[in-house]
Amino acid sequence: MTEQDKLLEQVTNEDYKFGFVTDIETDIIDIGLNEDVVRLISLKKEEPEWMLDFRLKAYRKWLEMKAPDWAYLKVPPIDYQSISYYAAPKQKKKLNSLDEVDQELLDTFNKLGIPLEEQKHLAGVAVDAVMDSVSVKTTFKEVLAEKGIIFCSFSEAVREFPDLVKKYLGNAVPYADNYFAALNSAVFSDGSFCYIPKGVRCPMELSTYFRINAANTGQFERTLIVADDDSYVSYLEGCTAPMRDENQLHAAVVEIIAMERAEVKYSTVQNWYPGDKNGKGGIYNFVTKRGICRGDYSKISWTQVETGSAITWKYPSCVLMGDHSKGEFYSVALTNHHQQADTGTKMIHIGKNTKSLIVSKGISAGVSNNSYRGLVKVSKRADNARNFSQCDSLLMGSKCGAHTFPYIECANKSAILEHEATTSKISEDQIFYCNQRGIDTEDAVAMIVNGYAKEVLNKLPMEFAVEAQKLLALSLEGSVG
Amino acid sequence: MLETVNYTATEELTDLFYQNIEMYREGCPDFMNNPRGKAIGIFKRRGIPSRKNEDYKYTDLRPVFQNDFSVIPRYVEQNVDLHEVFNCDVPQLNTHLILLINGWYYGRNRKMGNFPEGVICSSLQHAANEHPELVEKYYNQLAGQSEDPMSNLNTALAKDGLFFYVPDNVTIEAPVQVINLMNAKDHTFAIQRNLFVAGKNSEVKIVFCDHTLNQQYYILNNLSECFVNDDARFGFFSVQNQHNGAVNNTHFYAKLGNHAKLDTNVITLNGGIVRNNLQVKLAGEHAHANVNGLILADEKQHVDNATSIDHMMPNCTSSQLYKNILDDQSSGAFSGKIHVFRDAQKTEAFQQNNNVLLTETAEMNTKPQLIIDADDVRCSHGATVGRIDEDALFYLRARGIGEKEARLMIMFAFAEEVLSQIGVPVLRERMEELVDRRLRGELGPCQNCSLSHKK
Repeated sequence: MTEQDKLLEQVTNEDYKFGFVTDIETDIIDIGLNEDVVRLISLKKEEPEWMLDFRLKAYRKWLEMKAPDWAYLKVPPIDYQSISYYAAPKQKKKLNSLDEVDQELLDTFNKLGIPLEEQKHLAGVAVDAVMDSVSVKTTFKEVLAEKGIIFCSFSEAVREFPDLVKKYLGNAVPYADNYFAALNSAVFSDGSFCYIPKGVRCPMELSTYFRINAANTGQFERTLIVADDDSYVSYLEGCTAPMRDENQLHAAVVEIIAMERAEVKYSTVQNWYPGDKNGKGGIYNFVTKRGICRGDYSKISWTQVETGSAITWKYPSCVLMGDHSKGEFYSVALTNHHQQADTGTKMIHIGKNTKSLIVSKGISAGVSNNSYRGLVKVSKRADNARNFSQCDSLLMGSKCGAHTFPYIECANKSAILEHEATTSKISEDQIFYCNQRGIDTEDAVAMIVNGYAKEVLNKLPMEFAVEAQKLLALSLEGSVG
Repeated sequence: MLETVNYTATEELTDLFYQNIEMYREGCPDFMNNPRGKAIGIFKRRGIPSRKNEDYKYTDLRPVFQNDFSVIPRYVEQNVDLHEVFNCDVPQLNTHLILLINGWYYGRNRKMGNFPEGVICSSLQHAANEHPELVEKYYNQLAGQSEDPMSNLNTALAKDGLFFYVPDNVTIEAPVQVINLMNAKDHTFAIQRNLFVAGKNSEVKIVFCDHTLNQQYYILNNLSECFVNDDARFGFFSVQNQHNGAVNNTHFYAKLGNHAKLDTNVITLNGGIVRNNLQVKLAGEHAHANVNGLILADEKQHVDNATSIDHMMPNCTSSQLYKNILDDQSSGAFSGKIHVFRDAQKTEAFQQNNNVLLTETAEMNTKPQLIIDADDVRCSHGATVGRIDEDALFYLRARGIGEKEARLMIMFAFAEEVLSQIGVPVLRERMEELVDRRLRGELGPCQNCSLSHKK
């Protein structure tokens, strides 16, 4: 066994470091899914009639739909009747300041390094901490309110800004869009809502932490971001989940609407429990994320670092409707052990002079499977569309798989579309070169992987980039970091 | 007279098979008849592919079977003007000529006396009865593993086609030219089944020309299985030049042994709807597959090429290059898959798909895929869709070349990359000339033979 193999083995045997369970009383409804459960969720959340209608429509549609099987994934059958669709931390009273938040909850966040308190002052990050579906605390709301920015939990938005929610809900991801989006639309528990008014540049990074906590509860988040004319916002989403033995289902929906000249930057670091070395447990992550560049000169940029989850099924997409609009997708997806990921993007060019850029870096180790699946579509009237896609795969070990499934559909002659993909492994030469210069093999692998992913990591906001690098190290490189 | 069975709905294909099962079994040995039941079962279950079938995402074959058409379950002697057909024997190409009509091996083919000893070139049905042990060893070994409905339909209905066998250590220098004619009085659905076997260390090149002799509505379902044994070299050049009402659905399955080499080139000059499936299994070490295609489509033509290269053993190499030039309202599709099996280390696989759209209304869909389960490999694919480079055009025009001619030069240069892969110089020159004429719009879709010099 060469030193590299030893290292690989050591690295791929590394266990998940963020596993712990918070012991908080939660209000859980009985397992199972039927129309009454949908009504009950709506009732518990004190929702208006139109919201319930939306849920019911989605639920009825969901019943007719079939789980997609086209992805390069082996998904064990999911029993939707054995999941509880609602769990909220019991609130004793309304909270006005951090001091009133349950200490145990705060401890959890601190263990994860979520900067709920410190960052409030230091980094200027407003955190909407979502723990098991209900917003516990939203900070910086007052600061944002001054600018007219709405950043609140989804249920709050439904109560306080029904017109806005009603107008934009389901625009990017209709309730019948796909199996998991329909499920989410029917039973979504909570999430974040964000509205940036005309001409406002959001002064801070908005950030939400999702946590899956109570056992046996699926998490069905829904995020809606609306950026009005000439506005700008950068939104961060990051997750680490406690260790669990049973598989947990997560079917989130994220919708982004960008109006004229608006720009939205959405960054994700996803590190849910990936299951243990033998592929037992882990989160099933089926996410629908889509942004619409509705206005001319608008721009939506997705950046994701995917290291967790047993199964990832996720395609953050851009619909480029406005002329001169722009979509970007940067992704690092890392799979280890028995993890499976089928992730990528869709870029739908509809407006004239639209541009899109795709940079995807897959890293597979252990016996995992990592697929890129993407669509670039240029419709008939999308003159002068331009796309460049690059999908690279890095294989670590001989038992993992790296796959690429790009779809390119072009119906306009003025389009220029390019796609390239390569597959490689860390070569002996590279390691040797580093060794020669006094860098041991562990550090060399770490350096090479980080260098390989740099192009994407660079697109993350500062604090996130550090966290992401740490995650890559943790997920792959064992003690190296 | 042709003996025909008329039918209307596509779903009736299955019933018709059962109703005429005796006619299909007639004259065929058991190893051809036995797989029919399973194959029709798969066809029935999966149905004629629509866009919902992921493998046929860009080609819906259902409308193709909406028209009334006949099938020909028995060989019928035809009076083909031999002089006209064989006229296209190009002297300097020095080919061996074989004629197939409506999927059947033409009974009056001249005896191929000049083949080396041991070479068998005959009707598949004839060979299956004459050399059962030889044919049985290979027949349906590759197609039988496929889940493709159209390929299974072929297995269910197959009766005849070309059987070509080259014994070990035999080299056939001159290319073997197969003229595949469609010529019937009615709209016709033809099934053709070919089997090529290249023995160890042998070499053969086959030129396959698909043509239509008249303007009937034709559907051709053509399946070829090709076995390239250890150290053998096999070349397959397919020239598709059918009229715009024809539907050509081909399946080409190849399996390569150690150090075997396969070259395929498909050149689509004309056709209504063309769907080419190509599947290569690199089942021996150090095997090499070179798979190329050039598609020129205009009007409302649709050409879809689906390739799949399985790297099953270590140290194999493969290279794919497909180019489409799409004019008018034509549409093209390419779906290429490279699958590197676990432990197929030291694989080098390369795939490229470049496409030019000449008009606002042309459409191109491409789907290059990599499935890689081994780590010490070098695999890459690239796909582009674009238009004629304005800078290149300007460069040529600045040198006094008219716009039309400049465009042609650029398109020809684009096509040349594929044509230059054709290993037989005479054939390459002929192809270059044909492509040039095709680009200039001077090539009729119904000329009897693309290799003829008829003016």
